Amino acid sequence: MIGSDLAILIPEIVLALFAMGALLGAVYTSKDGLAPALTWGTAILFVVMAFYIGVTGTGTREAFGGMFVDDAFARFAKVTILLSAAAVLLIGLDRMARSDILRFEYPILVTLAVIGMMMMVSAGDLMALYMGLELQSLALYVVASLRRDSVRSTEAGLKYFILGALSSGLLLYGASLVYGYAGTTLFSGIIETATAGEMPVGLLIGLVFVMAGLAFKVSAVPFHMWTPDVYEGAPTPITALFATAPKVAAMALFARVVHDAFGGAVGDWQQIVAFLAVVSMFLGAIAAIGQTDIKRLMAYSSISHMGFALMGLASGTQQGVEAMLIYMAIYVTMNIGTFAFILSMEKDGRPVTEISALSSFASREGTKALALLVLMFSLAGVPPLVGFFGKYAVLWAAVEAGMAWLAIAGVIASVIGAYYYLRIVYLMYFGEDREGLDGRMGVLQYAGLMVMAALIALAWLPGINLLGLEGMAAAAAETLVR
Amino acid sequence: MTIGLEHYLTVAAALFVIGIFGIFLNRKNVIIILMSVELMLLSVNINLVAFSAFLGDLTGQVFTLFILTVAAAEAAIGLAILVCFFRNRGTIAVEDINVMKG
Repeated sequence: MIGSDLAILIPEIVLALFAMGALLGAVYTSKDGLAPALTWGTAILFVVMAFYIGVTGTGTREAFGGMFVDDAFARFAKVTILLSAAAVLLIGLDRMARSDILRFEYPILVTLAVIGMMMMVSAGDLMALYMGLELQSLALYVVASLRRDSVRSTEAGLKYFILGALSSGLLLYGASLVYGYAGTTLFSGIIETATAGEMPVGLLIGLVFVMAGLAFKVSAVPFHMWTPDVYEGAPTPITALFATAPKVAAMALFARVVHDAFGGAVGDWQQIVAFLAVVSMFLGAIAAIGQTDIKRLMAYSSISHMGFALMGLASGTQQGVEAMLIYMAIYVTMNIGTFAFILSMEKDGRPVTEISALSSFASREGTKALALLVLMFSLAGVPPLVGFFGKYAVLWAAVEAGMAWLAIAGVIASVIGAYYYLRIVYLMYFGEDREGLDGRMGVLQYAGLMVMAALIALAWLPGINLLGLEGMAAAAAETLVR
Repeated sequence: MTIGLEHYLTVAAALFVIGIFGIFLNRKNVIIILMSVELMLLSVNINLVAFSAFLGDLTGQVFTLFILTVAAAEAAIGLAILVCFFRNRGTIAVEDINVMKG
């Protein structure tokens, strides 16, 4: 009985044992001297686990009486999380080492955060949801303030901690009300109460609180205020992590809660998600215009992108979930590429994050500028780059679900948002010539930037078909929305 | 007067609101914010235990134990980050957490 349950959790157990073993090993040996090897080992383990999950996973399996669910949806999210976390670890390695913050705790904390994310996307119960979310958040609070001697980094960690704790509180209060009015914490039990006739008011209030807590984690407006400060203050490799894997996990968890626990009551949460989507898209697009720091700009960009992903969710259909998954996978690809570039921005051996430093960058580094141009166009949603297909999928899902107004708002927001992406391209190609960046790019960063840019530029071609992303997302969405 | 479920829920809701206001209205000290966070989590525990007793179902109390454990870990991490921040900045007044705008 317990053996078959544990067999379902093999990837999580392997990662947890690895984290604990690595912690012991590092303490008893050379400590930080082990960090580069440990980071490589962690990244390789993530990739191996991603393949293991992708290749061996079949059907829908439940462990511990339905508290932990392993289905196609969870596997899609887990593979995305593991691969993006591995990529982020590798592109950040060089910068971490040169900034002298490559401590052995870093890969271990990232591993623990990834285990939390995998718990989140597999949660079939409010308790499993909470434990996964906290494991992820607690590890991320610490990595945000990894540079202990910097005011900015510790301030970022402190802000992230306070607002994260507040959001956990909101989510928990909602969870307690849901438990009280549904009589169970299992999603399969909650959906029975939610669909049986009129939904109790207490359950509805609980749902709203839970969604507010989750909106904090995906940094949707009006719960976004931590994002720009944390992105700016945290060391850049860690900002790259924040922008990718946790966003996928939180968005997948959001989808799981609204569909698995409240799937029969689409009308009750649809307007809330649509509201979050619209305000996120517009605030992200408008507030980014005045930014001079590229990390803050990426923070507002991610807020705007989360709005688009929520638009897919707001459709409340299987097609909407599929569109959201496609959008998140493409978003992560674009962000890894962009952050690989941001990680290489240096002048006189010091990291630079001002956008103005990119002025006339193309005249010195043509290839890298071209790769960044592809990524920026894709973030803006210019066809035929892959980013366009993500936007197209969510817009079409909204139209099909009879929410054309939402799709129109999305188009307007993406036109406003295009301005600041194009401004970076303009600066690189037509900015006045002046002393700009001079740092050399690490091999891994160069590889990350070029591979992601090539994927974005070419994956839409008919023979490649987004590498089969649509089929996988469709299979994942099918298991979630019944 | 018998004490029913609604009394417990009212107390919990009041504590929860006090906790939220403690975070947003307090302009003095980060420690008070940590206390407010703790207050919010404890109000949730009251809710869960009250529901658990009312429903005759143990799940709520199990949930409470998990929350207590995580709240302890959360407080430890919060204080650790706060100590690091104090070493760099020399103050933990809320209005001084402003190196980055926003």
